[in-house]
Amino acid sequence: MKARIHITLKNGVLDPQGRAIASALHALGFSSVGDVRQGKYIEVDLTETDKTKARSAVEQMCGKLLANTVIENYSIDLVD
Amino acid sequence: MKAAIVVFPGSNREVDAKVALKQATGKDPVMVWHRDTSLPKVDLVLVPGGFSYGDYLRCGAIAANSPVLREVKARADAGMAVIGICNGFQIVTEAGLLPGVLLRNANLKFVCRNVGLRVETSGSRFTAGYKKGQVLSVPVAHHDGNYFADPRTLDELEAEDRIAFRYCGPEGRLDSIYNPNGSIRHIAGILNKKRNVLGLMPHPENAIEPMHGSTDGKALFKSMVEAVS
Repeated sequence: MKARIHITLKNGVLDPQGRAIASALHALGFSSVGDVRQGKYIEVDLTETDKTKARSAVEQMCGKLLANTVIENYSIDLVD
Repeated sequence: MKAAIVVFPGSNREVDAKVALKQATGKDPVMVWHRDTSLPKVDLVLVPGGFSYGDYLRCGAIAANSPVLREVKARADAGMAVIGICNGFQIVTEAGLLPGVLLRNANLKFVCRNVGLRVETSGSRFTAGYKKGQVLSVPVAHHDGNYFADPRTLDELEAEDRIAFRYCGPEGRLDSIYNPNGSIRHIAGILNKKRNVLGLMPHPENAIEPMHGSTDGKALFKSMVEAVS
């Protein structure tokens, strides 16, 4: 099983990198671009075959290491 | 005073910290490798600056979960003094010893220069040698020093006199032009509730010799020594 984890900044947390990307897109002429927020995408291969157990393990991984919940949210997709 | 310095792969200010501690204590601090699971009996642990684990994932996140940090955390909970400088500040916040987080600098630039630093409290074993409101000149060298916490945490830090240093102008004035990284409320260093853990982005260990251009960092190391003697 594979876990696909998206980590994004919470609303209200300044994202200077996202802002730099937005201004670079504007400079390229993409005038329809509004706000840009940058996040992370992490794939974790798991030997666990039980989805409930896998999800609970990945939740713990996110809470302990993969995300800093002071500033970040995460979402988990499990795929076979 | 007996001190230890925790060293990670990618630490780079550990020798500067060692020189500063030796100058203040007359003794060499113990260097502790990140894989060590036990700490010698010491009065202070210094978590130095650098780029532990290449800043992978988030600055300080992997170091904060290393075996030695679990031990540092347990000792800090029992009252031992811990100081985290620069990457060390990022590590101790990631480890949960201090609230908040250090984000990428608002202007996205690595900043390496002397900054004005206003002492916000002399009520700690780290800052007892300074006067409240005193302005110091201390270098910073970081890419991720933009301190952030939610308003409630910030109000609590202020109410409990736990902000140790703020970035300021030469006369102590607070203004965004004097803030090198965009940190919220100009915060450069904070204390934990029990006041035995200090985290700060500037490098006092690089302001201890006339050759450094400033000796304003000396009093911090002297204060820590006097606190245990």
